[in-house]
Amino acid sequence: MTEVLLAARGVVKSYGNSPALRGVTVDVGEGEIVAVTGPSGCGKSTLLYCLSGIMRPDAGEISYRGARLDTRRESERSALRRGDFGVLFQFGQLVAELPAVDNVALPLLLRGTRRREARSAAMVWLDRLGVADVARDLPGEMSGGQAQRVALGRALVTEPHVLFADEPTGALDTLTGEAVLGHIVRVVREQGTAVVLVTHEATVAAHADREVALRDGMLDPTGLGFPMASPAAVGAGPAAAGPRHARTSGR
Amino acid sequence: MCAVSTAHVLLGLLSKHPQHGYELKQAHDAVLPGAKPLAFGQVYATLGRMERDGLVAPDGAERVGGPDRTSFRVTTVGRTSLDAWLDEVEPPAPHASSALLAKVVVALLAADSDRARRYLTAQRKAHTDRLRELTRAKTDPHAGVGAVIAADYAIVHLDADLRWLATTLARVADLDEEIRQ
Repeated sequence: MTEVLLAARGVVKSYGNSPALRGVTVDVGEGEIVAVTGPSGCGKSTLLYCLSGIMRPDAGEISYRGARLDTRRESERSALRRGDFGVLFQFGQLVAELPAVDNVALPLLLRGTRRREARSAAMVWLDRLGVADVARDLPGEMSGGQAQRVALGRALVTEPHVLFADEPTGALDTLTGEAVLGHIVRVVREQGTAVVLVTHEATVAAHADREVALRDGMLDPTGLGFPMASPAAVGAGPAAAGPRHARTSGR
Repeated sequence: MCAVSTAHVLLGLLSKHPQHGYELKQAHDAVLPGAKPLAFGQVYATLGRMERDGLVAPDGAERVGGPDRTSFRVTTVGRTSLDAWLDEVEPPAPHASSALLAKVVVALLAADSDRARRYLTAQRKAHTDRLRELTRAKTDPHAGVGAVIAADYAIVHLDADLRWLATTLARVADLDEEIRQ
């Protein structure tokens, strides 16, 4: 495996009394595409929020390039999300009042890049993602697939080291979703960007280098939430730190 | 499941324009890359039978050289036979006798839980590994449309197996809980 870029160690997170993550340990290597899979409510989106610094875990550690991330101030974590990290959600993330080109330029403008420069960088990305023709269109005037490609451009315009994608094709039909996914994989390979890809679809996860399956807030090495699994057998092996801290093996 | 009718596939290919055996073999392997490649002998034997049955005829008045140099075209009888084949619906395969189904049921019923878990985990991994392989093949920019269509077919079937596997285990878990209560 390549060098570890992002790591979660024994991450625990609850919403009120309901636990979402119960001790998850995961590594993401430089340039690696990791799919986080599992059924609804397994904690996969919460893991993405914790890894990207959107949320702070209740216990455990998140580190990025070997340095703790979760203990940093909110302002520092959001600065990271404007530079090193890019985020892509299922839908509804574009600013409705801004044309595509300005939506893509936004993260650069927030970093203090001059407007002309930010716009020309945005145009390069729109072109690269095959949506240069909608540059002047407002999000409401675009198709779902076009809007998602514009959102991808916005997530990648700062040339992040990690792209966090939460069900990025969940709202699209098969062929449109496939095209968006094809664009994601192609450009992140070209850029050497690592991806944390949250999905409940095996066909989407198949685009990743590796899969991390979750079930009930824990790693699920069987990928099937195997009902007959005795907890001791799941984390078996001399290096296992106990069932709640079973590490996923890199492939 | 019915065996693929090679004669009808060849008729379909010839309906575009007359071709000789070698071209037909190439065209067959290109549009159905997931299928076993046709042997030349099989192409000529099938063409021979089709000519005998009046489905195809040599294109042009005279034969030039051997059978491999002869171009064939679809006759009216051939066209009728192709249309009849296309009008016939393939039985929606129930897959009720699948080896996978049998093994999973036996694993859940008869095997001890560790063995069942081992088998099902390994089976799921084999399926997801293959899914990744097919996805890689399909997203290769050099992949032809025939290869993509064949990969799509395999991918949705593997995906269906995986969904069924997950549903089955959830169902069994629910049943277990019911019994324990």
